[in-house]
Amino acid sequence: MSISVNALSKTYGTQKAVDGISFEATSGKILGFLGPNGAGKSTTMKMLTCFLPQTAGQASVCGFDIATQSLDVRKSIGYLPESNPLYHEMYVKEFLNFVGETYQVANLKSRIEEVILATGLGQEQHKKIGQLSKGYKQRVGLAQAIIHDPKVLILDEPTSGLDPNQLIEIRKLIKELGKTKTVILSTHIMQEVEAICDEVIIIHKGKIVANDSLKGLLEKHQQKSLEPIFIKLTKD
Amino acid sequence: MLAIYKKELYSYFSSLVAYITIGIFLVVLSLFLWVFPDSSILEYGYASLESMFSTIPYLFMFLIPAITMRSLAEEKREGTFELLATRPLTDWQIVGGKYLAALTLVLFSLIPTLVYYISVYQLGVVKGNIDSGAVIGSYIGLFLLGAAFVALGIFASAITKNQIIAFAIAVFLSFIAFSGFDSASQILSLQQFDSILINLGINAHYQSISRGVLDTRDLIYFLSFIGLFLLITKTILGGRKW
Repeated sequence: MSISVNALSKTYGTQKAVDGISFEATSGKILGFLGPNGAGKSTTMKMLTCFLPQTAGQASVCGFDIATQSLDVRKSIGYLPESNPLYHEMYVKEFLNFVGETYQVANLKSRIEEVILATGLGQEQHKKIGQLSKGYKQRVGLAQAIIHDPKVLILDEPTSGLDPNQLIEIRKLIKELGKTKTVILSTHIMQEVEAICDEVIIIHKGKIVANDSLKGLLEKHQQKSLEPIFIKLTKD
Repeated sequence: MLAIYKKELYSYFSSLVAYITIGIFLVVLSLFLWVFPDSSILEYGYASLESMFSTIPYLFMFLIPAITMRSLAEEKREGTFELLATRPLTDWQIVGGKYLAALTLVLFSLIPTLVYYISVYQLGVVKGNIDSGAVIGSYIGLFLLGAAFVALGIFASAITKNQIIAFAIAVFLSFIAFSGFDSASQILSLQQFDSILINLGINAHYQSISRGVLDTRDLIYFLSFIGLFLLITKTILGGRKW
């Protein structure tokens, strides 16, 4: 298991953002993390990437515990945070170089060329990040997440705000990456999950309400698409 | 830590922050030392840099908060702090890298002032008639004073998302730390503690190093001052509550 989560909880004051969730994710599969706004998707991802400490429970990534082996966990994860924060005054290559240095990536120069090619940043690679359009910024965000060739990719709403053409390209890229890595991505776009995910977890009010393969979930509820299932499970 | 240090230093030099703050610092300092008659070395008539070493702490009080105000506040506001904190970097490496980058900038602002030393050295009636030992001591003192102010500035930048607030808090704290304790010691009812109060302030230790005597007590004071504020900064960042 490359990711294993056991009764993980996060409480902000009196509000339970994540309430004892458990799941597992395996390599070579893309796990879609679904839920309404405020369901606890981002909080779970922030805990898995060691940004926020958990209130209770355990989780491990590639065999490393997120609380006690935080540095090893962070080394094996590539993370694209929600809202994709970037240094707008930096150049694309300069930024990728900086992120690569924090991972102490070997042969960084050639690796930067590779990720620029993989994410289709070729034409924009000499610009400042602030000058890029939203779709290209998103690609820079993806490029920094995969620069150290991580075993696990955690992508928080990787396709928000993209136009249809960019959507298709980014999804293709994620699908390609999912063949060899464990990918967890969060989204509220059902079509996206249907298009690229193998496994689906639906989370509502901090609790898991569905955890199945995409096929299994559709069969179980005898539906052709995810939308009615999602609405049914997260109505109240 | 090196990656953060390099990134910070590049961003200072690519965003004009470095040139403008150092430029203004040097212009104001030159005005005080060579033009304004009240503090001019030429009017004073002695081959001494004393007026420079008494002016710079007050300039640093504004210059250094201007340098440090964005260092953590902006990362938090833009959300890029999440980007840093999820890389395999410890909080110490983030704080340390940012601290050293700002300190390097302070060092860069001090280096050009060596020209004033050379000028006064040449201008002495007997050439070289200047107390070089005291000058060296004063430079060490200034560097330590700057290092303490940078620690205060980074701390102020860690407690808020707003750069202006970070600047204002840093100026205030620097002022209190530098001369507030001295002034407080003159309050009548506090006079029984005056030596404790004076020794808590930066000024007493700065003056003592400036005399050209490097006392370990002063060195320990500065190092623990810097260490304390960096530790608080690291703790605040580790809490992830802002």
